[in-house]
Amino acid sequence: MRFQGTVWKFGDDTDTDCIIPARFLTVYDELELARHCFTDVRPGFQDMITQGDIIVAGRNFGFGSSREHAPLAIKGVGISLIVAESFARIFYRNAFNIGLPLVESPEASRALAEGTKVSVDLLAGEIEVFDTGERFSCKPLPDLMRHIIEAGGLVEYVKTKRGHEHVP
Amino acid sequence: MPMTITEKILALHAHREGVSPGELIEVDVDMALANDITAPLAIDVFEAIGTHAVYDPEKIALIPDHFVPNKDINSAQQAKVMREFAARHGILHYYEIGQCGIEHVTLPEKGLVIPGDLVIGADSHTCTYGALGAFSTGVGSTDLGVIMATGKTWLKVPPTIKLHYEGRLSPWVRGKDLILHTLGMLGVDGATYRALEFSGTVIKGLSMDQRFTMANMAVEAGAKNGIIEPDGITLGFVADRSSRAPSLVAGDPGADYERVIRIEVDTIEPQVALPYSPANVRPLSQIGSIELDQVFIGSCTNGRLEDLRDAAAVLKGHTVKKGVRLIVIPGSELVYQEALQEGLIGVLLGAGAVIGPPSCGPCLGGHLGVLAEGERALSTTNRNFIGRMGHPTSEVYLASPVVAASSAIRGRIAGPEEL
Repeated sequence: MRFQGTVWKFGDDTDTDCIIPARFLTVYDELELARHCFTDVRPGFQDMITQGDIIVAGRNFGFGSSREHAPLAIKGVGISLIVAESFARIFYRNAFNIGLPLVESPEASRALAEGTKVSVDLLAGEIEVFDTGERFSCKPLPDLMRHIIEAGGLVEYVKTKRGHEHVP
Repeated sequence: MPMTITEKILALHAHREGVSPGELIEVDVDMALANDITAPLAIDVFEAIGTHAVYDPEKIALIPDHFVPNKDINSAQQAKVMREFAARHGILHYYEIGQCGIEHVTLPEKGLVIPGDLVIGADSHTCTYGALGAFSTGVGSTDLGVIMATGKTWLKVPPTIKLHYEGRLSPWVRGKDLILHTLGMLGVDGATYRALEFSGTVIKGLSMDQRFTMANMAVEAGAKNGIIEPDGITLGFVADRSSRAPSLVAGDPGADYERVIRIEVDTIEPQVALPYSPANVRPLSQIGSIELDQVFIGSCTNGRLEDLRDAAAVLKGHTVKKGVRLIVIPGSELVYQEALQEGLIGVLLGAGAVIGPPSCGPCLGGHLGVLAEGERALSTTNRNFIGRMGHPTSEVYLASPVVAASSAIRGRIAGPEEL
């Protein structure tokens, strides 16, 4: 599982309200939510993103409410992966469940600047800067998380697993 | 290997001899919960999976509480989706307004959670049921949709932080003050992925209502669950409400804790969390003069009978300061009826409070008390993020019902000793 893109940088304690404010929670279509992603802190975020770009953040990314609209909005704008020093627990589950991978790397979180182009190999647990070849390690994905992402989210994962269970 | 109460409940539900922190396990769910905001998305997920029946119509609770009585057409549509799903699948624990209240007040009082249970809810404050000696945690809608289909979910076994409270509580200091004080120590990510175990002689002496308040706010430190080992007080509460036999799980001697934090309560005074974080906590004596526009007493944190008793005890013989709005919302229909029978509602009305119908109400800025630009509120709820109860420039201070009632009388943040 390789991801390539430009880094968009966020700080510590990025909460679910700043990812998608509550006033936009009347819908849950990811493309509709994407129009309002980070609207209060980075207006026009969607227009700045090239499909596949990567968010790099500090501690406790996604803390606050259990709203699944938060990772849906981020996925909707075209972000392929979030690297952070740490994630809030419910956000972590919600992101994998909808097929958005997250990975922890305190060193990359500190070192990478906005606009850096990086390549991330999740299976090898490695982040590489395109221009300089500098490398950072990241925590390997637990097997279950990898299976969920490979399936495209928890719904597909459960359907596939159920399918297998019925095969004699 | 010796285990904590959290590890033992998880092991039982994973059908394993033992579990250790960090392991991923699959567990059976005793009760799955959603509300009028999170259920519609979970129902979509359930239908996408393509199972025809829910795993057990007696083990799902669907409670309309966030935007009820419905505040607008969209919220009415969402409530309708949940109501129709409940009817289609014969969900036993679906209730209309008038027969329930806030989800985390309603489930315990109807006896739907007992010690040893494993409860998963699509609401971050599902951790409330840890007060009953159950494992309970919040998830998103997709997780809940899958649970409605399969009855199972995956969990990572959390390490446990033990909080040990010793000493004697000062008069007017409540569970709310203990948890706010603790949040001030831990910070908003101080317990991320952890279990918080509340223990010590002080906890043993707390009523169920105060224990619910403490477990409710475990998530404000990022915790997966908050838990209190069941005792005589727990059993007394459950015996009146459920016919199921509780599983009295207790931690083993020698169980491994990531940290043990000892808290001496003798010097703890009423606490207040300032904007914009529930961990931005100061003792009441250091708050200074903060004038208020609105005071709210209610929510899944502090909308229970004992909270209304505290409010009425403080307000009796006083009136709400001119220019201040005091909103009181009983946490459930049952709390409302009991408060009425005890004469508490009369005292509150006499003091100048408005009583709202059981609902989450203004806690999340939904309805029944939304703040205008620049307004300041003191609230017995659990979060005070930017714009949480209304306009982004409004401010929310968090405290106990005792401090809330005292502040409503003075028109500024105050304790009962000032009255």
